[in-house]
Amino acid sequence: MSAPDSATPTPAEALPLIKVETGLGDKVYQDHSCEVISDAGEGAQKAGQGFGALSAKMGNGAWTVEIIPAEIEPPPRTPGSASGVRIRIGQKDITNMGDAAGIAIAFNEQVLLSRHRVDALEDDAVILIESKWATHSNPKVVAEWEAAMKEMSTKNYKWIPVPLEEETAKVVDNPKKGKNMFALGILCWVYDRDVQIAKDQISATFAHKAQKITDDNHTLLDNGMAWAKENLDFRFHVPATPSDKDLVVMNGNEALAMGAIAAGIELCSMYPITPASSVSHYLAKVYDKFGGVVHQAEDEIAAIGVALGASYAGKTAMTVTSGPGIALKQEFIGLAIMTEIPLVVVDVQRGGPSTGLPTKVEQSDLLCVLFGQPGDAPKVVIAPSTIDECFHCMITARQVAEALRTTVFILTDANLATGVSPWERPKLDPSWVAGPPDQSPIPEGTHPYDWDPETGLSPRFVPGQRGGEHTVTGLNHDASSHVVYDPQTNQHSHAMRSRKIAVFSETLQPPAVHGGDEGDLLLIGWGSTKGSIEEAVDRARAEGIKVSSTHLTFISPLQPGIKEICSHFKKVITVELNYSDASDDLHVTPENRRRGQLALLLRAELLVDIGSWGKVPGAPLRPAFLVEHVIKKYTPKS
Amino acid sequence: MDTSLLEIGGASEERKLKANDYKGPTARWCPGCGDFSILATTRRLLEAEQMLPEKTVFVSGIGCSSRFPHYLRTYGFHGIHGRALPLALGTKLRRPDLNVFVVMGDGDCTSIGAGHWIHGIRYNTNLTVLLLDNNIYGLTKKQTSPTTPHNYVTNTQPQGSYLEPLNPVSVALGVANASFIAQTADWIPAHLLATMKAAVQHKGLSFIRILQRCPKWTIDIFDAKVKKPDEIQVLTHEDGIRDAKVEKMYKHSLEHDPSNLDRARELTAPSEFTRIGLFYRNEKMGVYDEIRRTDTFTAEEKLQTLEKEFDRYAI
Repeated sequence: MSAPDSATPTPAEALPLIKVETGLGDKVYQDHSCEVISDAGEGAQKAGQGFGALSAKMGNGAWTVEIIPAEIEPPPRTPGSASGVRIRIGQKDITNMGDAAGIAIAFNEQVLLSRHRVDALEDDAVILIESKWATHSNPKVVAEWEAAMKEMSTKNYKWIPVPLEEETAKVVDNPKKGKNMFALGILCWVYDRDVQIAKDQISATFAHKAQKITDDNHTLLDNGMAWAKENLDFRFHVPATPSDKDLVVMNGNEALAMGAIAAGIELCSMYPITPASSVSHYLAKVYDKFGGVVHQAEDEIAAIGVALGASYAGKTAMTVTSGPGIALKQEFIGLAIMTEIPLVVVDVQRGGPSTGLPTKVEQSDLLCVLFGQPGDAPKVVIAPSTIDECFHCMITARQVAEALRTTVFILTDANLATGVSPWERPKLDPSWVAGPPDQSPIPEGTHPYDWDPETGLSPRFVPGQRGGEHTVTGLNHDASSHVVYDPQTNQHSHAMRSRKIAVFSETLQPPAVHGGDEGDLLLIGWGSTKGSIEEAVDRARAEGIKVSSTHLTFISPLQPGIKEICSHFKKVITVELNYSDASDDLHVTPENRRRGQLALLLRAELLVDIGSWGKVPGAPLRPAFLVEHVIKKYTPKS
Repeated sequence: MDTSLLEIGGASEERKLKANDYKGPTARWCPGCGDFSILATTRRLLEAEQMLPEKTVFVSGIGCSSRFPHYLRTYGFHGIHGRALPLALGTKLRRPDLNVFVVMGDGDCTSIGAGHWIHGIRYNTNLTVLLLDNNIYGLTKKQTSPTTPHNYVTNTQPQGSYLEPLNPVSVALGVANASFIAQTADWIPAHLLATMKAAVQHKGLSFIRILQRCPKWTIDIFDAKVKKPDEIQVLTHEDGIRDAKVEKMYKHSLEHDPSNLDRARELTAPSEFTRIGLFYRNEKMGVYDEIRRTDTFTAEEKLQTLEKEFDRYAI
């Protein structure tokens, strides 16, 4: 350290650059969370994902969430540049990213600051941090370090300096590339990981590059482990039991894309939008092997238009987007529903309104999907809650779209899209795959909309079927698809389109109740919050609180039996990642209160006085937070 | 592999189709509307090409002209305003065996549909695209369209339209990958038919701007053109659109090689003449539905390949 002079701030708040005793020793956990955070482009994401995958392979439950910077190449050493990963591993299945992380490896103090500011780290988390900044030759850097350390002194972090770049430079020429592998090595030591699996993973990742790269990465991994063994006085054990199931590891967007393939969908028509684009990126790489096409259209409207034209003429197609894209697509959605052409629309929801928070999770498109089309446009809305369901729901979506001649929406979100978790490899079934369109001649006397009065269903004529020539139109039409304006046909066609949805609801089951069938509080959720809510319920019940939860998958039509389930609980509230006024907010009364989206829907449909808890933090819900601030708030004190 | 979906079907000996075989319900346009002529000519085209009704699709937007598909005994998709081209692209992309036509009005195509129009030309999918241009919004009752002449009195611009009109031919010629751009008129059915025949033969997107009489709203614009055949100039060339009768009817003609894109663009400049004919043709442009053609696979084949994909993600 250079001697302080009047221009250099005193490193009074700087961490001691000596080996630190945490006193933690060997600890065993049910589950534990770590984070790796760097500047954009330094590879923290790769290291973290590698750690998650290798832990899953060892038999741990795992849930990995990306930390994404707001811009493509933000200035380094700024909180906005933070790029990395949160990994949570467990002895059993892990369904959500949990609460705060117990350990973090940070490549600089600025990116760490961004995690500190969102309370991502436990109060006494172990922080392994690049040591070079505290004594950097540039006084501005030291000043930044000082300020950050001061801000973070509100917590009791256990600081451990790591000469990341110095150690990495011993192996590779450019220490910017390679720190992540050293960091992975540290994590492998701390969590007692299977090194061979880690090394095989590295070999596989870099198989297409020069051997030296793999070799250097292996060396960095070994060196990271050696450094940790030499310098750290703790290890975290999360025992793993190798699974007897066949497991695959991927994020929700990849699972959804593979579900589209398994369903036999052959056209994905899209326009770039975060966080939906990666579905198409995956498909663009492999789709031709399945006879499929990713069509990038000139805008969101053209994207759904092309999908609808393709569906009209043959196999059901899909379009995939996020909230702002749904807004643009509404007119075509109305046309699809009015012409009764099967279509699958995927909305990977993100923070709104308007441009909102493009990279962050929210579930606030429910009402605009249900009611955003002019006129009455009945449809099916399905919300997967796990990565597993992202795959399977696409098969259901295609089948239902065709059986009902309607539009099926899949509402997923940024959390499922980017979260990575192992799930059971599906047993692929040929009956999932769409067959070629019917081209047989149309029997005389049948009509393009021969609505069965009991079900509203009708067989569809596809271009190519001789004798079936007709023009589909968004104008009101009779069974022959002729434009008519009379009240009777208008009423009848509305009733038929609505009846199809009612008929479908008869095939649905009531939602399962997690916890007990009766109690003081019932939480109702939908989409990706399931894991967090159920974990919170488990913890609260362990404390003797009589709380349960139920989670909806089908929202249009609603699954049956919800009202009955609610009747066994003293209080029912929805828990949602969309905005709700709190009942005690300024100027809010029970009559003008703006509630969460599922709450509004359930209150209207069921006439049950369901409460609403809805927040828009742009981050997944934490079980501990739900226990302390939701469950305990709405249940009687014991 | 099922090849029946790959080849465009035509009639056979047992099925000889006549123009009246393609007749649908009686059209409900105003008496004297140019759309009647275009519709009748289209039926003659379908007969000339012996297109199977079940294998032919007319896709339209919204407007008087977009009612077109309802009046034919073929498949049709009466879509939404300005959005016929994406629907048609999707249809043709996955069903190369179908004959796909697009019918749009001037508001539909060049106003709300402008984005899809420019990109539709660029995609250069195998479509025959008819722009029925009556220089006005008809169905919604006389609002200014992008092709309405300057100072023309309309319901939204009763002081007279403020701007010079857009020329759809010059816009189309400015788009990369443009491969067939022609102009004709509904009151010269022989020329319209010859143009449509050439369009159907062309590999790629054939864009035809059809000047169309509107006796209800813009009678004075087209009446003038019909009554003054000396203002028509017929583009001629051995590679162009030829019809001996038409060339005899009109005094003025101009030799124009349709492979000359620069000259084609020059010919769209304001002029004393209304030029009809083939402005540009290029058979060598990439055709999107052909570029994106895929192989077909059985369900078993797909799932076998999907298993290999899952292997990559297996732990």
